Amino acid sequence: MRPFDYTRPDGPSAAVALVAADRGAAYLAGGTNLVDHMKLGVASPTRLVDVRGVLGDRVEELPDGRIRVGAAVPNSDLAAHPAVRRRYPVLSAALLAGASGQLRNAATTGGNLFQRTRCPYFQDTTTPCNKREPGTGCPALEGHGRDNAVLGASDSCVATHPSDMAVALAALGAEARVLGRGGERVVPIPGLHRLPGDEPDRDTVLDHGDLVTAIDLPHLPTAARSAYRKVRDRASYAFALVSVAAALDVVDGTVADVRIAFGGLAHVPWRAHRAEEALLGGPATEEAFRDAARAELADARTGRDNAFKVPLAVNTLASTLRGLAAGEAR
Amino acid sequence: MDATITLRVDGEERRLTVDTRTTLLDALRDRLEATSPKKGCDHGQCGACTVLLDGRRILSCLALAVAHDGADVTTAAGLARTDEGTAGGGLHPVARAFVDHDGFQCGYCTPGQVCSAVGMLREAAADWPSHVTADLDAPVRLDDEEIRERMSGNLCRCGAYTNIVAAIREAAR
Repeated sequence: MRPFDYTRPDGPSAAVALVAADRGAAYLAGGTNLVDHMKLGVASPTRLVDVRGVLGDRVEELPDGRIRVGAAVPNSDLAAHPAVRRRYPVLSAALLAGASGQLRNAATTGGNLFQRTRCPYFQDTTTPCNKREPGTGCPALEGHGRDNAVLGASDSCVATHPSDMAVALAALGAEARVLGRGGERVVPIPGLHRLPGDEPDRDTVLDHGDLVTAIDLPHLPTAARSAYRKVRDRASYAFALVSVAAALDVVDGTVADVRIAFGGLAHVPWRAHRAEEALLGGPATEEAFRDAARAELADARTGRDNAFKVPLAVNTLASTLRGLAAGEAR
Repeated sequence: MDATITLRVDGEERRLTVDTRTTLLDALRDRLEATSPKKGCDHGQCGACTVLLDGRRILSCLALAVAHDGADVTTAAGLARTDEGTAGGGLHPVARAFVDHDGFQCGYCTPGQVCSAVGMLREAAADWPSHVTADLDAPVRLDDEEIRERMSGNLCRCGAYTNIVAAIREAAR
């Protein structure tokens, strides 16, 4: 591991000033992904700015019905928060589907958004990788491709985003409060993460030094009937092959409101606008759920090892919506 | 770069100077002779390094020591010195249950399993739901499915899982 300086800034603005002025600096929060990458040589910051002490660690119900989650709130606390469990079960369920109890206690809300892909080539410094070292190539295109993206990938990168939490946030239409050198701004989710294009080293639209200080959950009554379904190789403690976050409101057999996002399919948590539009105002039937899922996946591009993701995504979405329509919790 | 930090380890205050690259696990094992947390994978995948940090279970291999200046760390060995351990005649009730149920074979993962179980039982007592909790709002009932899910971050290559679940089931009573 490369030697680094460790700094505890006085406040969020001081943290931003330190990191923005130093290309070698990185934020440290729970460290569950970054410290591993430093051991592997995937990341080698020369300065760590520890922001746990300067970011909010509370979940706050705002007067307008929104919920503000401090970026330092541990994943475990967010999942267990009574208001989140009641109003946004999809978010609790997504968090609980990720990692292990130990990791959720350390990992933070802000840090979870900036997890990097678990593509095996990205994490293996003996292989080329356009995301880790731009311009070196992408072995995943012809190598082990089971985890590869099927939506929105490019010729330079087929990695998927690993976060479960971010999939729930994308379905809910959450907002990230971002502090940068120019002050504070709001970045919507989806919209924070970006497709790889020809710059796969950039996971998000943020600039170096930008700091997420909080996540705002919208006032969204539909979210009280929401669920997260994760399909993976093991029953627990594994990343998603495909996951679905969905909220559904059915009135007299008709879809009155629906929010859907997929995990495991793309470089971003994939908000399924096309499926939502297909369903809205129509019948809440198995056939409609499947048609909508197929419409969302119509542009999927698959390789030798990952074609299974398309029918898996269709089935997982149909099953999740069927459960919600039948009034099943989660 | 070096930094001087203070850790309270198993009830004892310890002051030490560490290279910033030192993980909490290496500080405990190599500098403070607290060797009950084990280095398994060193990448956050096996759970052998689990300790209680300010009362919560975490992976000490993914924590930088410098980032936890002032923290309270309890290892599996230190559990014996807690009130519950003293009352149990030198073994924490969870450790005692592992012995009674043969919840191990080689024992390498055991200190991490025991710390994880102690932290997990506190989480369940606080009614934190898990991935397999059917009703997110209902009180937690720790059946075997819940125990398995909540302990999924601790691997045992000897495969003593059946007895580990039995030990935790008893300790949860």
